[in-house]
Amino acid sequence: MWTFFHKLASPKYFYDISGRLLPWFGAATLLLMLAGLYQGLLVAPADYQQGESYRIMFIHVPAAWMSMFVYMVMAGAGIIGLVWKIKLADVVAASCAPLGASFTFLALVTGSLWGKPMWGAWWVWDARLTSELILLFLYLGYIALQSAIDDTRTAARASTVLALVGVVNIPIIHYSVVWWNTLHQGATVTKMGAPSIATSMLIPLLLMALAFKVYFFTVVLLRARNEVLKRESGSGWVKDVLMH
Amino acid sequence: MDSTTANAPDRFEALDLHCVRHDRTLFAGLSFSLAPGQILQIEGPNGSGKTSLLRMLCGLLQPAQGEVRWRGLDIQAQRAEFLADVAYVGHLQGIKEDLTPRENLRMVQSLGRARTSISLDQALAQVGLYGFEDLPSRTLSAGQRRRVALARLLVLDARVWVLDEPFTALDRAGKALIESLLEMHSRNDGIAVLTTHQPVGLTQCALLSLQLAA
Amino acid sequence: MPNLALACTALLRRDLTLALRHRGEMANPLLFFVLVVSLFPLGLGPESHTLQTIAPGVIWVAALLAALLSLEGIFRSDFEDGSLEQLLLSPHPAALLVLTKVIAHWLVSGLPLILVAPLLGVLLHLPQAAMGALLATLTLGTPVLSLIGAIGVALTVGLRRGGVLLSLLVLPLYVPVLIFASSAVSDAGIGLAITAQLYFLGALLALALTLAPLAAAAALRISVS
Repeated sequence: MWTFFHKLASPKYFYDISGRLLPWFGAATLLLMLAGLYQGLLVAPADYQQGESYRIMFIHVPAAWMSMFVYMVMAGAGIIGLVWKIKLADVVAASCAPLGASFTFLALVTGSLWGKPMWGAWWVWDARLTSELILLFLYLGYIALQSAIDDTRTAARASTVLALVGVVNIPIIHYSVVWWNTLHQGATVTKMGAPSIATSMLIPLLLMALAFKVYFFTVVLLRARNEVLKRESGSGWVKDVLMH
Repeated sequence: MDSTTANAPDRFEALDLHCVRHDRTLFAGLSFSLAPGQILQIEGPNGSGKTSLLRMLCGLLQPAQGEVRWRGLDIQAQRAEFLADVAYVGHLQGIKEDLTPRENLRMVQSLGRARTSISLDQALAQVGLYGFEDLPSRTLSAGQRRRVALARLLVLDARVWVLDEPFTALDRAGKALIESLLEMHSRNDGIAVLTTHQPVGLTQCALLSLQLAA
Repeated sequence: MPNLALACTALLRRDLTLALRHRGEMANPLLFFVLVVSLFPLGLGPESHTLQTIAPGVIWVAALLAALLSLEGIFRSDFEDGSLEQLLLSPHPAALLVLTKVIAHWLVSGLPLILVAPLLGVLLHLPQAAMGALLATLTLGTPVLSLIGAIGVALTVGLRRGGVLLSLLVLPLYVPVLIFASSAVSDAGIGLAITAQLYFLGALLALALTLAPLAAAAALRISVS
């Protein structure tokens, strides 16, 4: 098991194996996305209150979930890089940040689009949207810090410290924002056991969530491969790869 | 624990150090081992990683690979013990311009493990700053400020001295002062690592030398 | 082994001495605080009811910005003259030395804000009942601002253009303090209980006191390397 991880951590091995995995991930993303969209846009019934406009939820909710999930992956990868000095983990953490920021941005845009018919305004200081907005700032700060430091090793270490501070703060920020605005909708699906949402709507939601997750892994692999090539550009195997 | 630990308790060692700065490898596989009383001069052209090496030796910079050992143990594993034994004089003097030399040294004294055998005024007098103890350091010349920084070596009870270009900004008397400090340190079984482009004139102890390639 | 309490008192004394020798710089964030707050009546009109409603938020946002403005002072000059390296080369736990520096910084930048705040409350027609809450929240909140800010400065101190980046890193983290503090002041003004908010601010302070020095020390190690 350990030898496998050590092998995986070597940039060349990672480049090879990720190259073989990528097509599968890509195909899975496509299939899940199509299935989710089909279920969500065509099969699921219209909501009796919100009509058709609720269907944006199938993008908004998975994006919002991903915005948190990616931050955790980013911080986790950063810790692995910091503690065990695994360069590949730094690469993964760095690759996560722009993706996480994009998911957060998507959640914000879809949230505001969803809000227009519901609240009659493009932007409402709703607890969830506000939390997402602050999360976006946290991502942008992470990206800005990383790009401000020249040395990649130092950049990785510094931004990991920032990500850890963020991990401690995100629940506090979220709680305080919810407290600040008790007009929030309440998390509907995280109540495990008895979801208060119809099965016909839950299936496309979960399908889309899965699709987003696989999409995320696909793109992280792609980005990490590029980053590995860039960082290892001096070594022999990269020259071999580029020759062919 | 390997054999080096057993037979050389007071050694200061570098083991297979690799230095990567701004994604460029400056040196790789660098090793040395110093016994008490030995003084090592690091030489090499600009950009060869001399300063980085010194910063690694006192634990300010983490080596990309390899480790620095003091008394047979990795310095990262015994940070407090090691730091009590080391004194570093770098490019930056580490003195506050708005404090007097005496105030600066008092800070040094309380932050590290101080020598009890010498008073602050004695230390300042020994580095040639008699009469300047209570002037703001801002009003001192570059060479005098360098001397305040060097007085740290006298105030602290450090076994290992790490000196980055100690002769910078000093006159001939200042250079002779450092040379005499190094000889005294060596006589007291201290260890020193320094970088300089100038020839170091030590008559009473051997000067080892290590060349870094460009 | 060297004496930790001695080192911390010496460091505290040194930082306070240095601040005292730069009294002018010390006054700047304070002046900024007063100036920003007094701009609001000019922008919104002198109507006392409006001012009363916005007073808690305005004073707290101004305090946030004033704290932000003074943050660089914690480590910047130490970084530039090499004192920071020497501090990290001290055998004492770096986190405690960092905490000492933050306390010194708070004494010269946070404490004056608390002292001048009642005056600003008067300028904005803050009800008498809210004055105590304003002082209490500032007392609990401004140390949190300094502590969190120290992490941000520690991360950016080695960078040439760290200033704007610092605000990007730190301001989002200030959100909980802002929310609880300004809501406490508002609630106190209309006669509601504010124990919940004060407990929360106290908890934030306890958390920041324990974790922020560790994070800032780790960040400083990275910044000097």
